[in-house]
Amino acid sequence: MKGRSKHIAIYISLGVALLLLFCGGLLYGSVRIPIDSILEIIAGRFEGRQTWVQIVMQSRLPQTITALFAGASLAVSGLLLQTLFKNPLAGPSILGISDGAYLGVALVMIYFSFNSYLTTIIAAFVGAAVVLLIIIGFSRKVKNSVMLLIIGIMVGYLASSIISILNYHASPDKVHQFVLWGMGDFTGVSMEKLPWFVIFASGGLLGSVFLIKPLNALLLGESYAANLGVRVKSIRIAILLCTGILTASTTAFCGPISFIGLAVPHIARLLLGSSNHKQLLPITLLAGACVALLCNMLTVVPGSNSILPLNAITPIIGAPVIIYVIVNRRNIQYFN
Amino acid sequence: MKQQITISAHGLAIGYSLRGGRRKVIHNSLDIELRNGEVTCLLGLNGAGKSTLIKTLCGLLPPLAGSIRVLGAPLESYSHNRLSTLIGVVLTEKTYAGGITVYDLVSLGRYPHTGIFGQLKESDHEAISRAIKSVGIEHKTTSYVSELSDGERQKAFIAKVLAQESPIIILDEPTAFLDVTSRIEIMVLLRKLAREQQKSILLSTHDLDSAIQLGDKLWMQERGAKDNRASAPMVSGTPEDLILSGVLESFFGKKGVVFDSYSGKISPVPSENPVGIDGEARSAFWAGNALKRKGFAPTAPAKEIVSVQCLSPTEFTVSFPNGKTLKANSIEELLDLFTNSSS
Repeated sequence: MKGRSKHIAIYISLGVALLLLFCGGLLYGSVRIPIDSILEIIAGRFEGRQTWVQIVMQSRLPQTITALFAGASLAVSGLLLQTLFKNPLAGPSILGISDGAYLGVALVMIYFSFNSYLTTIIAAFVGAAVVLLIIIGFSRKVKNSVMLLIIGIMVGYLASSIISILNYHASPDKVHQFVLWGMGDFTGVSMEKLPWFVIFASGGLLGSVFLIKPLNALLLGESYAANLGVRVKSIRIAILLCTGILTASTTAFCGPISFIGLAVPHIARLLLGSSNHKQLLPITLLAGACVALLCNMLTVVPGSNSILPLNAITPIIGAPVIIYVIVNRRNIQYFN
Repeated sequence: MKQQITISAHGLAIGYSLRGGRRKVIHNSLDIELRNGEVTCLLGLNGAGKSTLIKTLCGLLPPLAGSIRVLGAPLESYSHNRLSTLIGVVLTEKTYAGGITVYDLVSLGRYPHTGIFGQLKESDHEAISRAIKSVGIEHKTTSYVSELSDGERQKAFIAKVLAQESPIIILDEPTAFLDVTSRIEIMVLLRKLAREQQKSILLSTHDLDSAIQLGDKLWMQERGAKDNRASAPMVSGTPEDLILSGVLESFFGKKGVVFDSYSGKISPVPSENPVGIDGEARSAFWAGNALKRKGFAPTAPAKEIVSVQCLSPTEFTVSFPNGKTLKANSIEELLDLFTNSSS
């Protein structure tokens, strides 16, 4: 079968790209560390400079793993939203869901002195869920998908403005911490926090794998899906739950990251040439991880100690993809 | 195979539940029976509630009252999954399946038969290929759904229903938006499926001609109940019986149109202006058709009215009551004679 060999080729190339980018993430940074030292450090056999061990184990390794999971989570969450809302331009950041999660975290950060990882995640999840419910409420009234997107953007603005008002009352150091976090970055997850993030992200990703079959049926619309035996209401809740967990855990640990959730499903569809979720979901997941790892590497300014905010990089990759897709929508099958 | 009743409904009320427990009842006492091996055409004017009835019969809308039985057991006694192996639908709903191939679309019909990840077994692949073959779009198997013509698209969705392997197939206006040939193709295809695979097929349509030609049964759905009065009952039967008993005449004979129980066609009310037509049958038929359009009522020739003698497609003789005769060499010329003589 011609289709199958194409799928295998895509999986292999994405796998290789993922591996290279992962290694790239470990190798590339403001401090030059040779490759063999890095391997020894990870294997725990390195006996040289302790600062190098510090850099690799406390910064680069958790950062690359975070990027990998965050990219996969956001991309899959974007795909789930696009299929659920039958709108190829939906995504966690454009519908204001990331901002909702951000607001949840802001409330906890500013008003509660204790912030364990779990409370942060729960706060982010509640924020994301509230925005999701608002959008769903509007989607019943507003059938036009572009209008619904604009409502999502408005809800996002509202959340941001509440955050700004909250900042006004917060202490300056908290505001600083918060503003930095809001620019999005993969460096904030330490080795201790990492397992929490990985557990939540994997949970959401695993859950979404069980949604592949009903997601395909939903491409035919809800009545067709129901006639095929899909319990539309429960499936919709399950999709929202997965999206909520994926967006919330990523936002809680890395801040609101734009464009990956919106653009990667398109990259995956264009690569694959099909919206069949059986291949589309795993390919979106892999492509999301690759794109995030790439973005993570691009935040390192060559020959300098500082890094760029992540949200300065993601639009450079994401925005052209979306513009391309919109301009060519007449020739792109899944738009028609 | 013995004929059996696949869906029956008694005292069925259809409509929508509105907010605050209010209900919008469209029909309130429908009694219907659907049989296997037959194509049943649901006819009714816009707003008669055809789609609502269809959605209710396939379990997408709850009935407001009454009972629906599917293969002898109450509709609500079936699980979601079981029901989807009994009734398959083709709807008019907008879909978002442009980016999947025809094969993928048809494979969705296997949904109720596959496991949690939808893995297709050899038997599923066979069912899919068979379904695509029965509707005759093998050459489109790997095309995207968005690349299909309207007719092919409809066939692909019918293939999806066939892959579902449900004994009952319900289609909401499957021939709307199709050109004449695709319309007939789809109807002939459904006919064939009903006969060869003993499916029960119910379809709603506005296409009276094909319904009379290819439907085994017609269901005539009147416009719904107003307020709380009982709505008109569903009249059903073989098309010819309905025509001969005058049901179709009274159903369609409203506001300036009549149903002609000889031709099975709906036309404007004929004028009182008689013209005699006679001669070679084919030319006479079309001359009559043209004169009807101009406001005349074709009838048998007589001395006291204007009469047309059709000798061949290029020879027409018009004789007037005063004895004068004129000749025409085409129907266009014939019509000109009538327009000029009436002025």
